[in-house]
Amino acid sequence: MKGKANAADYLILDPASGTYHEDPEQVVRDDVEKHYWLHVGRTILKDWRLYVMLVPMLLVFLFWRYFPMYELLGAFKVYRDAVPVAEQSFAGLYYFKDLIAGPNATLFWRALRNTFLLSFYGLCFGFPMPIILALFFNEVRSNVARSALQVMTYLPKFMSTVVMTSLVTMLVKQGSITTGMGILSRFLSDIGLVSAEVAQNGLLNNPDFFRSIYQISGIWEGAGYDSIVFFAAIIAISPTSYEAAQIDGAGKMAQMRYVVLPSITSTIVIMLITRIGSLLNIGYEKVLLLYNVNTHVTADVVSTFAQRSGLEGTQKGLASAAEMMNNVIGMLLVIGANKIANKASNVSLY
Amino acid sequence: MKRKLEISELIFRVISCTLLTVFAICCLYPFLYAVAASISGEHAVNYGEVVLLPKDIQFEAFAWMFNNNNFWNAYTNTLFLTIYGTIWAVVYSILGAYALSKKRLLFRKTFNFFLVFTMWFSAGLVPQYLNYLQTKAVFNSVGIMDDKWLVVIAMGMAAMNIILLRNAFEGVPSEIEEAAIVDGATEFQVLSKVYIPMSKSTIATVTLFFAISRWNGYFWAKQMISNKNEQPLQVFIRQMLEDYSDTDFLSGWDKVYAPDSLIYALIVCSIVPILIIYPFIQKYFAKGVNVGGVKE
Repeated sequence: MKGKANAADYLILDPASGTYHEDPEQVVRDDVEKHYWLHVGRTILKDWRLYVMLVPMLLVFLFWRYFPMYELLGAFKVYRDAVPVAEQSFAGLYYFKDLIAGPNATLFWRALRNTFLLSFYGLCFGFPMPIILALFFNEVRSNVARSALQVMTYLPKFMSTVVMTSLVTMLVKQGSITTGMGILSRFLSDIGLVSAEVAQNGLLNNPDFFRSIYQISGIWEGAGYDSIVFFAAIIAISPTSYEAAQIDGAGKMAQMRYVVLPSITSTIVIMLITRIGSLLNIGYEKVLLLYNVNTHVTADVVSTFAQRSGLEGTQKGLASAAEMMNNVIGMLLVIGANKIANKASNVSLY
Repeated sequence: MKRKLEISELIFRVISCTLLTVFAICCLYPFLYAVAASISGEHAVNYGEVVLLPKDIQFEAFAWMFNNNNFWNAYTNTLFLTIYGTIWAVVYSILGAYALSKKRLLFRKTFNFFLVFTMWFSAGLVPQYLNYLQTKAVFNSVGIMDDKWLVVIAMGMAAMNIILLRNAFEGVPSEIEEAAIVDGATEFQVLSKVYIPMSKSTIATVTLFFAISRWNGYFWAKQMISNKNEQPLQVFIRQMLEDYSDTDFLSGWDKVYAPDSLIYALIVCSIVPILIIYPFIQKYFAKGVNVGGVKE
């Protein structure tokens, strides 16, 4: 749009008369370029209703999504109550140095490691579950039975995080045999999976169990619901593909391997890439509601670290800096994942 | 050959049905246990004698809950936040998504990026908190003293939902819009008479997503609502859990129900309304994933 047009662009050959004449469209284009902003103004005025519709949404996102990004400046400033961030005195990279190699380094690296590990284990154990469920759902021939099973497995997704974590907390609650130990703790100690002492102290007070509880409750909550997208991909497979495979002598396993899996590979790849992209964007609410002082070793993630030091404590600059590092890496991962998904499937995720 | 095929198929089917049933029961069991424990007697709950069926049935825990004003208050607040918050979010999302779906919109790519970028990068808790504090100050200065309105207006925006709506609007054939314009429809009429009726199911799905995130909202509601009487149900549940799951609590306890039963009763009460509407909204919930293709 900005490049200067050549003189030759204005002239086009009229095949009938064999003479050159000015291209009217190019003249208009040139005019538009000369008075670009005037043109923009006119277009908006002519179509003002459309732009008015856009305004509320833009303002909402500007006020409560972009203004906080401006507050990120606080990561480079010494925080003082009730002083606008622009007027606070400059701290430079002090907080970043503190987090990477200073007094808070141990806590920060632990939090970053926990963030990554919780996501990574989710990828290893939580990701295949919906796919397996979808394969199983495909085997249930009765529609009524399948719908019933699906409804049962989607149900936990409807609970709020608070209700879900409350239920988990109650199921593995501490206490002795006679004072309301959680039913799941009782069961686990009865079958000998955990020792009675550990069960009585409460599994959520034991750092060794936090990750397992986090992943299992995640599967309980989300696997059924996440299987919908894979199941949709499986039922889209044409029955003729199965018939062709059967005629070629393929057993059930061979049909799985050569018909079903190739058909849902693209869905799996896209979901996997999205999942990898959001490795560092972990939901902090669930961790915040499940962890406690005893389990910080394995449970503390960057967001909860920031919540403790910045919202409960007073180190606002430090907390901003910690989350900023986490979120910048997270953003790079998302953008990279999106690029790869674009290349792999020609479908942009957004 | 034929026979062998059938056997392998049968085995696989039996295994998958069994495992699925086990998984489904595991999914459902905590709810069933919560119901049973909430109506069982103190001794039975404390000694872990309740497994699936209630024992020494009592309804005192529910009675306590229903006579508790704070509980009803919290429920009302949650309904308030859910209804107004959803309406506000759906209205600006539909308007914005409609504008974004138009190819003739200038700077369309820029606006799209403006939205999508918020999915990639968020400022984090502390900057958001400071931002909400400033918003609160502005709201107070214009006379809105209730923190509820801050939660309704300033929270719960989701770029993904707007993109779902935009995609649905882009799928409406442009011929229908042109026909409406020829008939003299204005921009707002085109939206309300053509686009909204034609994308009803996506709008229902997005409304549902917004409503659920509002109903479930906990963290920011707890941070920003300073008045105890304005706090929503989720904050109330969490508070009860923290107060009552303390074992020291047991020593002076003289009720027919265990303290645990109160928590379970509360959990049941908060799930029941969702269970009632679940059959009606389930199909939209399932559809949402497929519409999005790749949500999250």
